[in-house]
Amino acid sequence: MDTVVEFFSNYGSEMLYKTWEHLYISVIAALLGIVFAVPLGIILTRIPKVAGFVMGVLGVIQTFPSFAILAFFIPLLGVGKTPAIIALFFYSVLPILRNTYTGVNGVQKSLLEAGRGMGMTGWERIRYVEVPLAIPVIMAGIRLSVVYLIGWATLASFIGGGGLGDYIFSGLNLYQPEFIIAGAVPVTVLALLTDLLLGKVENWVTPKGMKKMRQAA
Amino acid sequence: MLKFEHVSKVYKGGKRAVNDLNLEIEKGEFICFIGPSGCGKTTTMKMINRLIEPTEGSIFINGKNIMERDPVQLRREIGYVIQQIGLFPHMTIQENISLVLKLLKWPEAKRRERARELLKLVDLTPDYLEKYPHELSGGQQQRIGVLRALAADQPLILMDEPFGALDPITRDSLQEEFKKLQRKLDKTIVFVTHDMDEAIKLADRIVIMRDGQIVQCDTPDDILRNPANEFVEEFIGKDRLVQARPNIQTVEQIMNPKPVTITPEHSLSEAIQLMKQCRVDSLLVVDEKKVLTGFIDVEMIDQKRKKANLVKDIVETEIFTVEKDTLVRDTVRKILKRGMKYVPVVDHNHHLVGIVTRASLVDIVYDSIWGEVETDEISKIG
Repeated sequence: MDTVVEFFSNYGSEMLYKTWEHLYISVIAALLGIVFAVPLGIILTRIPKVAGFVMGVLGVIQTFPSFAILAFFIPLLGVGKTPAIIALFFYSVLPILRNTYTGVNGVQKSLLEAGRGMGMTGWERIRYVEVPLAIPVIMAGIRLSVVYLIGWATLASFIGGGGLGDYIFSGLNLYQPEFIIAGAVPVTVLALLTDLLLGKVENWVTPKGMKKMRQAA
Repeated sequence: MLKFEHVSKVYKGGKRAVNDLNLEIEKGEFICFIGPSGCGKTTTMKMINRLIEPTEGSIFINGKNIMERDPVQLRREIGYVIQQIGLFPHMTIQENISLVLKLLKWPEAKRRERARELLKLVDLTPDYLEKYPHELSGGQQQRIGVLRALAADQPLILMDEPFGALDPITRDSLQEEFKKLQRKLDKTIVFVTHDMDEAIKLADRIVIMRDGQIVQCDTPDDILRNPANEFVEEFIGKDRLVQARPNIQTVEQIMNPKPVTITPEHSLSEAIQLMKQCRVDSLLVVDEKKVLTGFIDVEMIDQKRKKANLVKDIVETEIFTVEKDTLVRDTVRKILKRGMKYVPVVDHNHHLVGIVTRASLVDIVYDSIWGEVETDEISKIG
């Protein structure tokens, strides 16, 4: 117990800062991922021939070891937060993209025909029909990807990106278990809290009619 | 109002879905396209709002070639109802009805008011406005589907087998409701169906199609009386040709004007005696003013004899009736479809005026087989 109190008195403020850094890296990467992957997913539903190819390529990228990707960005972008964010961004894309594509593709064709027949433009169909109906699936992708990113963001410390990974790796290198714990526990807590928060967001953005329908079913 | 000039649709591979179609539709007309699947009826309809574009020929709406118009604008001026109903599950009924108005940039308050106004047309209460589609029955959903197509007061409405997915009884009542609505609002309707009963009931003119071409285009009566060829005859079905006796038009002409009746104050034993005397198994119950209130039959008496004494204690008030000026063919179809033994005939004030039984139907069939001359003779003998 004493060691815990002592650790906090020595490193408390630093730990807070590292947690903030960690969150910052993952959230920015995830936001970039959303901004890129959601529109791309919708576009891909319009060009099914290209969609298979794009998904395939991204699937392959996903299997690259994350270490390799991080290392790969050092000669291109140097070290620091930016290359870390960019590397993580690549990982965030696939789950969001795949879910957006599946969600939008899964909207009943009869609804789209009704929309077209009543005189909706392509944009209006996306805005009023496809996106609202695909929201639960898209949100599931976003949740998954953000939680993954918080875990992977520990690796950012390898290329000088900071975050809670710093503690974990110095703990491993210096064989000081308290540092490992001080890094791992906040990462887990952060991941759980974020998932909880995003669950609330999902509930909030899902159209009311769909929620009622699911309850009735 | 709507004109097809040498319209063809050729798909890749040379299949001609619609082949050199010419047709003119007047304002306020109810047109049914009918034919076996793959005959091009749906394709023809969808070419009107450019969901499918014609390969050759041109289509004019009020003299304007639709190909020179912006498809989105064009579709907003044409109502569209589909078989799968296609209400948006994430929108309330109000939002669904007024969606076209939203696309047309009407202000929120006016959209709300219009939705409320439309809902009255189909006898739904305003509290439905805040409900979601899944909370409604299939019939109610399609009523909303129809209202959605009426929202912007479109003069022309396209309907693609709109009642096809509903159960027969709901379909029946929706057809009737819709026909009334169409007359009231004076809309031009293009209606695709594969159900001949539906077409006969609703259409001012029926367009029978096969292999992308019009086989016959006439009023339901003319088609029934003078089918253009064997295909049409077969498509209509022999039983309907029998029904199409030109001299018999309304139920009043074929009904038995003296149904066996009883008033609610009589006792059950009197009812049984009356049944025995007249050799019938059910009695129509009327009050002093001859207003029909219900019926009783022998089974009901048998079940409840111990508990009840008077006719009014056991009378069943849920009874299906027809008005005396209903067309015979509609009535016959109902009797056969619902498996009813008889239908009471009432006037506009629900006074009982007669009854149509299966025996009356047999008379019609005799009529059509042996002709009127002999029946006249029989009636003279009688």
